[in-house]
Amino acid sequence: MHQLKTFVIGGVHPPEKKLAEKQPIVRLDPPKTVSILLSQHLGAPAVPVVAKGDKVLAGQIIARGESFISANIHSSVSGTVAKVDGVPDTSGYRKQAIIINVEGDEWAEGVDRDEAFVRDCQMSPEEIVSRVKDCGVVGLGGATFPSHVKLKVPKGKKAEYLIINGVECEPCLTADHRLMLEKGNEIMAGISIQMKALGVGRAIIGIENNKPDAINNLSEIAREYEGIEVQPLKVKYPQGAEKQLIKAVVGREVPSGKLPIEVGCVVHNVGTAFAVYEAVQKNKPLVERVVTVSGDSVRKPSNFMVRIGTPVSELIEAAGGLPEDTSKVVNGGPMMGKALNDISVPVTKGTSGILAFPGSESRRPAEQNCIRCARCLTVCPMGLEPYLLSALAEKQRFEDCEMERIMDCMECGSCLYICPSGKPLLDYIRVGKNRVGIMIRERSH
Amino acid sequence: MNELFNEITLFSVVSLGAIGGVAAIILFMVAQKFRVIEDPRIDIVEGLLPGANCGGCGLAGCRALAEAIVKDESLEGFNCPPGGSDVMQQIAEAMGWEAGEQTPMVAVLRCNGTREFAPPKVQYDSAMTCTFAHSLFSGEGGCPFGCLGCGDCVRACDFDAMYMDPESGLPVILDEKCVACGACVKACPRDIIEMRKKGKKNRRIFVSCINREKGGVARKNCKVACIGCGRCVKECRFEAITMENNLAYIDYNKCTLCRKCAPVCPTNAIHELNFPVRKKKPADTDKQEKNV
Amino acid sequence: MKVLTVSGSPHFHADHSVSRIMYGVVFSLIPAMLVSFYFFGLAAILVTLTAVVSCMAFEFLIQKYLIRGPMTIFDGSAIITGVLLAFNVPANLPLGIVVIGAAVAIGMGKMTFGGLGKNPFNPALVGRVFLMISFPVQMTTYPEPSAFSTRLADAVTGPTPLTFLKGGVDQGEKVSELMPQIPDYANMMLGNMGGSVGEVSALAIILGGLYMLARRIISWHIPVSYLGTAAILSAIFWMVNPEVYPDPLFHLMAGGLMLGAIYMATDYATSPMSKTGMIIFGIGCGLLTVIIRLFGAYPEGVAFSILIMNAFVPLINRGFKPKRFGEEIKNG
Repeated sequence: MHQLKTFVIGGVHPPEKKLAEKQPIVRLDPPKTVSILLSQHLGAPAVPVVAKGDKVLAGQIIARGESFISANIHSSVSGTVAKVDGVPDTSGYRKQAIIINVEGDEWAEGVDRDEAFVRDCQMSPEEIVSRVKDCGVVGLGGATFPSHVKLKVPKGKKAEYLIINGVECEPCLTADHRLMLEKGNEIMAGISIQMKALGVGRAIIGIENNKPDAINNLSEIAREYEGIEVQPLKVKYPQGAEKQLIKAVVGREVPSGKLPIEVGCVVHNVGTAFAVYEAVQKNKPLVERVVTVSGDSVRKPSNFMVRIGTPVSELIEAAGGLPEDTSKVVNGGPMMGKALNDISVPVTKGTSGILAFPGSESRRPAEQNCIRCARCLTVCPMGLEPYLLSALAEKQRFEDCEMERIMDCMECGSCLYICPSGKPLLDYIRVGKNRVGIMIRERSH
Repeated sequence: MNELFNEITLFSVVSLGAIGGVAAIILFMVAQKFRVIEDPRIDIVEGLLPGANCGGCGLAGCRALAEAIVKDESLEGFNCPPGGSDVMQQIAEAMGWEAGEQTPMVAVLRCNGTREFAPPKVQYDSAMTCTFAHSLFSGEGGCPFGCLGCGDCVRACDFDAMYMDPESGLPVILDEKCVACGACVKACPRDIIEMRKKGKKNRRIFVSCINREKGGVARKNCKVACIGCGRCVKECRFEAITMENNLAYIDYNKCTLCRKCAPVCPTNAIHELNFPVRKKKPADTDKQEKNV
Repeated sequence: MKVLTVSGSPHFHADHSVSRIMYGVVFSLIPAMLVSFYFFGLAAILVTLTAVVSCMAFEFLIQKYLIRGPMTIFDGSAIITGVLLAFNVPANLPLGIVVIGAAVAIGMGKMTFGGLGKNPFNPALVGRVFLMISFPVQMTTYPEPSAFSTRLADAVTGPTPLTFLKGGVDQGEKVSELMPQIPDYANMMLGNMGGSVGEVSALAIILGGLYMLARRIISWHIPVSYLGTAAILSAIFWMVNPEVYPDPLFHLMAGGLMLGAIYMATDYATSPMSKTGMIIFGIGCGLLTVIIRLFGAYPEGVAFSILIMNAFVPLINRGFKPKRFGEEIKNG
């Protein structure tokens, strides 16, 4: 067994609550209608290539990502396009989506739906990248950054390590955990495909040691692959953050405002590795993903393989519905996820979990004076001063916010988690980041 | 002893006096060397300005406005919202210029999504600042254009001209205190507050909604949303009302305050302020009371 | 289903609260309190009670009639101020003076600045120093400790080891001759010496400090750097001339150094935020304490040195930032 590693600055230990870690992934049938948002990834929204009344097959492209940072979107079901219209997304604002009425479950030609494991990949690195791009694969860890962009090493830079994120440091979420247990071979094949595309010789899978079964399973499989190893990590939030993971695994610090490639690393999620495998070996676009449905209010915590565009309410229904006292439904993990104001919103490529909590757990503590206990400073993984940033942003001193490196904040929520005074630190930091971002953009024009 | 004392006194008086004299000469020379020649009129103009440093003129305080006015040698393009035309008139007199007529403006809230009309569907539980709430979600009532009710505008107001009505969850603007400095307009992340002409006898008619969604969608979240039906546009004989993106807008420069549009609005989205009570429709009275 | 709540992330919150932290501090003060009750008896209980009750009362009155803010007297911070104020005065101090001290501590030291967390100076120390300057006689008349004492104000009084030693050295006597006349180190450790109510027993205070460390209420940085600096500096002087300067162990256990380093200097609001800042702060306190003790007019310098360093906290916060992530590129 390797020595346990972790990142150095800050970090918290929220209750793990991995309620669904023993639940195998269950494939859900397609719902009656799906709403597939055109903007499910970081970057420009995709442009629809189908219109009302068109018949589509599952796996068929329905919207094309045309700018550099964008991703293709495929139909997750077969049926008829009902309309292209605005539907509320996770924040309640209407975003353009393609709404499809489901008819049967027919798949587009060329998609290999055979479950048989195909290990070796004959494609060239360029072919791999273009296949990943065609299949609309994005980072499934939550940031949904288009994967094909990350599989191309920029000119003048060299990738030394491919780091695979199997940390899943968010409480409650178990989607990646189950994937590592059930699809270990596919993930490994996906990793070796990614290594080939990037031209790197070493890949390290970082897994927190609260998932010993996943560590064992992948270590076992990794023996058959050259250059891939598993690195067990100490449990600490937010280890799954890109910069923290790199620090933990290879001990390098990505400089402020720079990308991981600056220190020779590329980070992909295990879910992404699986999606890359399916795209390259099976020609299957990203039309479904594993979603954990969990939380104290969920009757049957489960892990589902669902089609993109399925309403969240269907997932909750499949997990036994919600009790009366549910007062918060979160899209994503409890530390960084978004609270939903409507459970009819569709699952997107970035939905890693749907969590429901009763009132007692979801309320914020009452706000009091800051007692300057410095806990927020101690836990901030970026070494910032959340109390100061929050106060500066509240007083609209955005220039000072920038000086104090507010843009380094990755909104992990450790400060607000730990604050004994219940100060909405992160809320104001977000306001500040927003305004500083606008300031920086204006300056560069 | 006495002599000695006198000697000491004399010595100190003389030496201190000499030091003082030298220092005075140095100070005088320094002052001469570094003198900033400033137009004395700036002080006069500044004295006439209200001195609130509200920034309503778009400049950094009253001194900056005074400097700008004196530099331009004219009042054209300058406006002191708190002082209004009275102050501008006084400055013009003092400087010997002609003052242009200023239209008095006032802030109006273009949202009537009270708890009653747009019932909250979810509960907001984060920092009480509209900027954050706006980035987080569409709003408790679900309208992505409506007032979030966290009171950023009230905090931005330096003249105590606004307060949050706890019952409706909306800010209330006090006409008599509002100086149209525009701080609230800037503070609102959703651009709900608009500066409008104060109007004769303080009377105003405006569409109290900025929702640009389709009628059905808007109506689902709020009973008093503008649904873009266009009946007011047809009713208006002065072409003061325009319809754009499912939203009617009344141009206050063209509006003659004839009151024809308000009754035809199916959702009561058009507001009349400070008009005498209509005899036929008692329903309007409580609407007025809410907004005065 | 009920109405959903929408809030920004995170949706989990640690099991912390201001009052839990404050009551944790109060709890950790219990050993020192018991020691003081044992040696100074009823008088110590009375002083402590008076200080706590009047601190809470003043905070209540100010919140209710002057600030008109939310009621905060039960968050535990006024109790801490009260206890620490009592710990910093002699047990035989007239109760009226204790009430004045509480008024100054809460009114001037804390509420003037907006209450909990906003005060630049440690409120208990503000109260103590105010009393020290206003009532120098009463504040320096210490009762002799005696087990299970029930005596009140008419107790036998005597000097504290610090005043005794300082007075003696100033008269030209030698430390080695004076040392046998003060309690030995074991007694000083336990608290069997003259001094303020709660400062006498280094052992009890260290116990409380360990409890706070274990519960992560305080971090080690300030106490260790404070005590360490004081020990090292006094050791240097002691090695130069042991007949004029007492040894470092004496310094650590005499007077209010232990209480100051563990409870007063670590006060959240009045200490720096970053770890480096805390160490700088501790070093500053240690230097000033030893210098005041050895060369100043007062025999004791803990209160003044902490208050002086409090004034530097904003500057320290500005100058000593935590180590940012990605500041230096380490490739290895």
